[in-house]
Amino acid sequence: MLQQNVAPTAAAVSNKGLRRRLRLGERIIEGWIFLAGLVAIVVLLGIIFILLKEGLPIFTYTNPWEFFFGTHWYPVSNPPTFGIAPFFVSTLMITVIATVIAVPIGVACAAYLSEVAPHRLSETIKPIIEILAGIPSVMMGFIGLALLSPFVQSLFHLNTGLCGLTAAIMLSLMSLPIIVSVSEDALHAVPREFKEASYALGATKWETIWHVCIPSALSGIAAAVMLGVGRAIGETMTVLMVAGGALAVPVSPTDPMTTMTSAIASGIGNAVRGGLQYQALFAIGLILFILTLAVNIIAERVLERQKRKFAR
Amino acid sequence: MNKSVKKWLLPLALILVLSLVFTGCSTASTPTSTSVTTTTPAPTTPALTGSFKIIGSNTVTPLSAVWAENFMKANSKVSIAVSGPGSGVGIAALIDSTTDICQSSRLITQDEINQAKAKGVTTYEIQVATDALSVVVNPSNPVSELTFVQLSAIYTGKITNWKEVGGKDAPIVVMSRDTNSGTYTYFKETVVQMAGLPTKDTTLEYGNKVLMLPSTEEGVSQVAGNPNAIFYTGLGYLNNTVKALGIKKTASDTAVKPSVETSLNGTYPISRPLLYYTNGVPTGAIKVYIDYCLSSAGQQEVLNAGFVPLKK
Repeated sequence: MLQQNVAPTAAAVSNKGLRRRLRLGERIIEGWIFLAGLVAIVVLLGIIFILLKEGLPIFTYTNPWEFFFGTHWYPVSNPPTFGIAPFFVSTLMITVIATVIAVPIGVACAAYLSEVAPHRLSETIKPIIEILAGIPSVMMGFIGLALLSPFVQSLFHLNTGLCGLTAAIMLSLMSLPIIVSVSEDALHAVPREFKEASYALGATKWETIWHVCIPSALSGIAAAVMLGVGRAIGETMTVLMVAGGALAVPVSPTDPMTTMTSAIASGIGNAVRGGLQYQALFAIGLILFILTLAVNIIAERVLERQKRKFAR
Repeated sequence: MNKSVKKWLLPLALILVLSLVFTGCSTASTPTSTSVTTTTPAPTTPALTGSFKIIGSNTVTPLSAVWAENFMKANSKVSIAVSGPGSGVGIAALIDSTTDICQSSRLITQDEINQAKAKGVTTYEIQVATDALSVVVNPSNPVSELTFVQLSAIYTGKITNWKEVGGKDAPIVVMSRDTNSGTYTYFKETVVQMAGLPTKDTTLEYGNKVLMLPSTEEGVSQVAGNPNAIFYTGLGYLNNTVKALGIKKTASDTAVKPSVETSLNGTYPISRPLLYYTNGVPTGAIKVYIDYCLSSAGQQEVLNAGFVPLKK
């Protein structure tokens, strides 16, 4: 998705005479790259295979309907019950809220950095934002516990600040750097002629950003948003620490909740290899995998349609 | 040169500030050991070498850490690694042969013994200390004692307001450890299911509004900051930021506060053994280590860590 921003100049330089004289070194490098690509595919298939092998047997104990829509998760009781509806709803809720918070702020920040801010200012701010991306998630969890959760609690008059909303805000902070950084690159890559043409027609700065820059950088921005969503779905430690960990199906974002990732993280150590809980947790992992795959496929479709719309 | 220095100066300053903030956080959240420690050195056994792991209960961890530290000071060629993700994790690790000692705050189940046998592991049980499982609330909470029936109703979600148990008109924020915890299982079997009472009901489970927290420290600090919260913890984690409740089995009994004395004389109703499990009878460095734990010097550390030593 990201490569689409690279200008296709390198390919155009190729020259028939040069191409005929393929040297041995080039062959070796080609083979090397081919192998690298193959390794990625083999690893991916291996992961899918293990997820299926370890996860599917749970459906001989709990039928899929009960597993997906059951609301009781008592893995260490006797007999255990496995219903993942609370985790599924929590993950969706937290991801959607985090995205809704992060995308407008992130894209606006990117537009500011790329189009409005003076060069020196954006040169200073960008590395700082990139450092924000490097803060370990457990530290973001600490910040959420110590600073944000008391604030959320008093702001919404809640019983406890450990809730989905706190987690979603922390996640939006964590996906912001990715969204800003990648969409800034995309906005930066918009040809100057586009903007100049827009200004020549008498458009204001705002009109140029909104009607020219953002639409032409849309594929890059969409990629940025998808990366952000991916981070939000997959993030574990922060959510485990601040989301509260209640096992009810959440009704409101201010309820304490457990996401699929934190259910896996808090349960896997306890699970004996090959046991029922182990299988159930792998099945959750499988669903998480399918979910991110679906997000990517949908993103690809949207992107395709947008590109056709703005085809030039 | 000058420019690149400038570019990195601001991020660097930011890192410094952040690290200061985090140092503040981490010192604030470490459990404070109130007693002045009178450490008796562990006996030195010449030529003792080896390294082993202790994995399991979060409750036992502070105790094991002190023992391991003293033991390593006296025997510099022995290295011991202690970690406390939860009793269930420790037992799973013992079954999978990924730990040498499992520390546990609950008894191993027959199921787990069988699973271990199937993998060629013979579990060997050693009681190393006793714990008075304490129920804690915020110091501002007027409630000072609860019965098993009331606690069970609170943790199953039947009672949701403090006024129903003689407190203020405020919702109860119920907190528990997650399913990894031995304390989770012990508290469920003993208190939630009301073991030893005529109202005993082994089908009872934690209510789905209960917050499942990944560590005991987090629970204690949440209770310290939330006037409506209730949580259970090992005696070793008590400090003056929380208030331990008096516990009684039925309304006609007298409520007893958790302490070393009430646990030793058997009047505190939720005392439980803290255990080490090994694969077979311990030998070598592990045997010397466990002998030290059970010696009078080792049991003095039990007292220092806030737990209840074994009866002589």
